[in-house]
Amino acid sequence: MNSSSALINALFIFVLAGFIGFEVIRRVSPLLHTPLMSLTNALDAIAVVGAIVLVGEHKSTLSTVFGFIAVVAATSNIVGGFVITDRMLKMFKSSRPASPSAAKPAAK
Amino acid sequence: MTPEPGTLQIVIELLYLIASVLFILSLKWMSSPTTARHGIWAGEIGMVLAIGGTLLNHGMDYRLIATGLVLGTIIGIPLGNVAMTAVPQRTALSHAFGALCVTLVGSAEFYLRTPGISRFMMAVLSLEVILGGLTVTGSLMAAGKLQEVLPQRPLTYKGQNLVNFLLLAGALVIAITLVLHPEDKTLFPLMILIALAFGVLLIIPIGGADMPTVISLLNGYAGLSAAAMGFVLNSKLLIIAGALDGSSGLILSIIMSKAMNRSFTNVLFGAFGQVQTGAAAGEEAKPVRSATPEEAAAILSGANRVIVVPGYGMAVAQAQHKVRELYDALTKRGVDVRFAIHPVAGRMPGHMNVLLAEADIPYDRLIEMDEINGDFPQTDVALVIGANDVTNPAARSDKTSPIFGMPILDVDKAHTVMVIKRSMNPGFAGIDNPLYYLDNNLMLFGDAKAFVGSIVRELGGGHS
Repeated sequence: MNSSSALINALFIFVLAGFIGFEVIRRVSPLLHTPLMSLTNALDAIAVVGAIVLVGEHKSTLSTVFGFIAVVAATSNIVGGFVITDRMLKMFKSSRPASPSAAKPAAK
Repeated sequence: MTPEPGTLQIVIELLYLIASVLFILSLKWMSSPTTARHGIWAGEIGMVLAIGGTLLNHGMDYRLIATGLVLGTIIGIPLGNVAMTAVPQRTALSHAFGALCVTLVGSAEFYLRTPGISRFMMAVLSLEVILGGLTVTGSLMAAGKLQEVLPQRPLTYKGQNLVNFLLLAGALVIAITLVLHPEDKTLFPLMILIALAFGVLLIIPIGGADMPTVISLLNGYAGLSAAAMGFVLNSKLLIIAGALDGSSGLILSIIMSKAMNRSFTNVLFGAFGQVQTGAAAGEEAKPVRSATPEEAAAILSGANRVIVVPGYGMAVAQAQHKVRELYDALTKRGVDVRFAIHPVAGRMPGHMNVLLAEADIPYDRLIEMDEINGDFPQTDVALVIGANDVTNPAARSDKTSPIFGMPILDVDKAHTVMVIKRSMNPGFAGIDNPLYYLDNNLMLFGDAKAFVGSIVRELGGGHS
């Protein structure tokens, strides 16, 4: 019956995580703001765990249907978000060859 | 809720803890392009651990869950493989999906728990579905505008702000009523409907130039609604992920609105196109100088330092690959070519960087506004491709200009400025650009892709 202390705990976590987020994201290079957004989008889709529990517990028809659509929507964000972030980051190359393996004979 | 957590519950919570740490590391590694790809792996491992941990819960209907996961994957793969030019609308769409998930879970929880729902919980749940609901429709509207399914011009009408305000107030009144009487099942769907309508009306007056700010803001809303969902479900992992996403969206919105010298409220409640519709009509034919591709090529090949300023027009014309050929041709002749990136160039934060990186232009040639602005006076040629407002010197000097105070790229300080533009029509925001009438400015009239292609041919560096 200590739901209020659970809420206070949650509030602590929220505020502290917000601070970490602020400090970490402030340091993200503006070069990568687009992939940053698609990555946070994928991570945010962790909401899928709540939807999975709804579907899995099968408490009512409504909760199962809503949960199912939510699982589909969130999963598409996870998969799509990681795929496109990876594609974008692969494209960012430096003009200085990073490793000898990258400097393949460019027949030109 | 569980009086004595069993071993299984502890294992699941520990998996969530590891996932939280991995999520934070994932974002930390995004600080540099050299480590960014580790960030994806960290995020993916964290995601697998968290989903795997959730599936450990007893008595789950695994068949239905698996169907949902597979269906989501089938939808997600094409969404991850869209063309790079479609990234802004894809991002908006994924904000809508994320918010849809949150809103649906929140609604299901309401109907499962009412009337035995505590007041504080009902307040958080209301916040979750209001933020979620307006993000769903708002993001869909933004995606529609970016995909050009919907008209891109800001639509305004008399009393717009009053209508929006009343709607939001209505949703809040219902939320408060629900907090006091959580058993009222009929009010709940009404609250969601209002939130959905509010999302639509919020984006109607937003023009294309404001999209970077709006997408960031919607990103922040999606994150906050997910964090609220974490409170409702008492899930620490979700609170952390939501807080990270929320702060990311908030920081990006702040950066974007600073780069436009506008406040949040100004972006959301004052359409850009509104103010200067009258001012733009001033049609005095001032003389401009124009140049042919041959002349442009001659000037460029005689330069030592060139700065290219890309804008949304480059993305529309799909000119980034031709720009890369120009970069190659000039670099081969020993010209130092760099790119000046304005924070709000394009339709979302970082849009230009992604397009130029896709065209294989090395990222260390892409320079931020604050870093490169001091170099324009020592630059021989500033080549503006599809950018307009971010180069408008009126933002520095003309107090009557609607964009006065907005930080701009000081291209007018270069020895020669060349602007590739389809015609003299004012840009999206309808603001006249005095840059075009300066003595050191040359207009290169034509389609960005075709014009850059012609310059490359003149330089003899084309792949043809």
